[in-house]
Amino acid sequence: MPAMTYRDALRQALDDAMTEDKSIVVIGEEVGRYGGAYGVTKDLIKVHGPERLIDTPISEPAIIGAAVGAAMTGLRPVAELMYIDFLGMTMDQLANQAAKIRYMFGGQIGVPMVLRTQGGTGRSAGAQHSQSLEAWIMHTPGLRLAMPATVADAYHLLRQSLTKPDPVVFIEHKALYTRKEEVDLSADPLPWGKAAVRRQGDDLVIVTYSRQVLYALEAAEALARKGIEATVIDLRTLNPLDFDTIRTHVERVGKAMVVSEGVMTSGVAAELCARISEECFDFLEQPVIRVAGEDIPISVSQELESGSVPSARIIAEVAERLTA
Amino acid sequence: MTLTANSHLAELYRTMRRIRTFEERVGELFVRGQSAGSMLHLSIGEESSAAGVCDVMKPQDTFTTHHRGHGIFLARGADPRRMMAEIGGKETGYCHGKGGSMHIADMALGHLGANAIVGGGIPAVVGAGLSSKYLKQDSVSIAFFGDGAMQQGILYESMNMAALWSLPVLFVCVNNQYGMGTRIDQATRNTAFDERARAFGLNGAVVNGLDVEEVRDAARWLIDDARAGKPGFLSVEVYRFFGHARMDKSPYRAEVEELEGRKKDPVLFARAKLIESGLESAAALDALDREIAAEMDATIDFAVESRAPALSSMFRDVYAVGEPEPEPVRARIDRVLAREDA
Repeated sequence: MPAMTYRDALRQALDDAMTEDKSIVVIGEEVGRYGGAYGVTKDLIKVHGPERLIDTPISEPAIIGAAVGAAMTGLRPVAELMYIDFLGMTMDQLANQAAKIRYMFGGQIGVPMVLRTQGGTGRSAGAQHSQSLEAWIMHTPGLRLAMPATVADAYHLLRQSLTKPDPVVFIEHKALYTRKEEVDLSADPLPWGKAAVRRQGDDLVIVTYSRQVLYALEAAEALARKGIEATVIDLRTLNPLDFDTIRTHVERVGKAMVVSEGVMTSGVAAELCARISEECFDFLEQPVIRVAGEDIPISVSQELESGSVPSARIIAEVAERLTA
Repeated sequence: MTLTANSHLAELYRTMRRIRTFEERVGELFVRGQSAGSMLHLSIGEESSAAGVCDVMKPQDTFTTHHRGHGIFLARGADPRRMMAEIGGKETGYCHGKGGSMHIADMALGHLGANAIVGGGIPAVVGAGLSSKYLKQDSVSIAFFGDGAMQQGILYESMNMAALWSLPVLFVCVNNQYGMGTRIDQATRNTAFDERARAFGLNGAVVNGLDVEEVRDAARWLIDDARAGKPGFLSVEVYRFFGHARMDKSPYRAEVEELEGRKKDPVLFARAKLIESGLESAAALDALDREIAAEMDATIDFAVESRAPALSSMFRDVYAVGEPEPEPVRARIDRVLAREDA
């Protein structure tokens, strides 16, 4: 099988989808001639033309707003928000417009757009370019949310997002773009909305998504060397949320940990923890533990940056205590 | 039709009178306690902006409106009964009671939605303009908003993009002098709004909203230019006759100013013009007004008699039909506690 990077898988997904569906246009800052701040749309303008790879001024509210209007009138836009941190600029268009249009208008019309963006730490990008703001999205009914961890999912989840009738926020992880994996993109993908059990063990369930899946798997390998076998669940999409898979494994194993790079308080981990505690209470042998980002802004210092979010080492340490 | 002559001004008068009367009935619906809430923003005094611009729109054209958009939708051809039912939060309304006055929409008439966020609906017309250009729809998309939105950044981002990409887009500011309780000269130093549009490379025009025919003529050339790829901006200068919303008694402005402002009445101006020019008799116009009054009275009956939406419809239309749905909170609680009991 050929090796492919996360970035190339995303580009391949856009390229293939745009070839199949002529209503898809990409709109955003530097998506055309520059090829995307992280190179995801590199050279697509040569294949699909400038009328479908639309370079915009630096106007995030109008980029998302224009995508909403285009989605209501016959196109399937992919709006690129260069950093998820810029959600602060454009949240009205996403949360008050895109997310609510189908509902407010009584089901007359949907907004089939994809907002592609990237988040997370790992590049010393500082407090305004490193956040994990998926909780803002998950907290907004009407928005779907996909967060691929693997190269194969980067491809398949983006292709699936581009068939959805409702707005999808697609959050890539900036530290994963250069990650390579051997993939067979022709193999049948998991269905949209289904979690992947990346590893199965009987001592502990680790529920996570995006880059933390890789950290959890690394931790699980270390734990295995000490005789602790973890199940690692990669949620892939946070909305829809495949709670059935979580429930099945937590009830089987009895111990659960939730891992998220986002800040802990009122975060995605908090919601998952609450649901597991509520729904699997009788099966739990220990409290559900959250391993999440510290409740602080992200620093540029590599030490402070990496120290403020979960790592494989921290996940392994906590898992060991939880299973002791 | 009880009019004696078939002049186009008479048609515009009819549109404006229907808007005026509809808005008066909205006020009555509120007084009778039959409206869904009090966030009702009447466009009395502003009828010429709706009637004049919508008169020159083509069937394929699309538009968004602001929170004071009843008149625009009506001028576009909306069914006032379904509008009133929506304002009453009823199942028979355009949005089945989920949208109400500020979120009414109708795809069949190209109404991409009213908006309760000042400026919120503006960038959608840039996207609609992109669709029109890319899919060769030959449609113009028009954003209607108030002077309050003239101070929102999204307007200028949208103007800039529309001009940059030569989109078939028109921005229409219904300048009723007030953003809630703040008069425009208390909100900005330069109130010559057309200058702002021209600074971005758009056509820009200001028109006195007293005369609906002037509004219509200005809208015509701006829409024609927009369709040909030169986007534009039109400010229609009117006076908001009443408060911001139903609960607002306008304590921020003097009664003498209001009395003066209400003299700028586009409905009465058109009526006088019709009579003075000999196009219509006062009696014929009175008869038309009575006909419209009866039509609009019936909208209240329709709204009051319509059913409220079923509670179960609450979970419908968050996502498309057939897609995973949100689980009702009560259902989840029941499920969790049923396990505990077992």
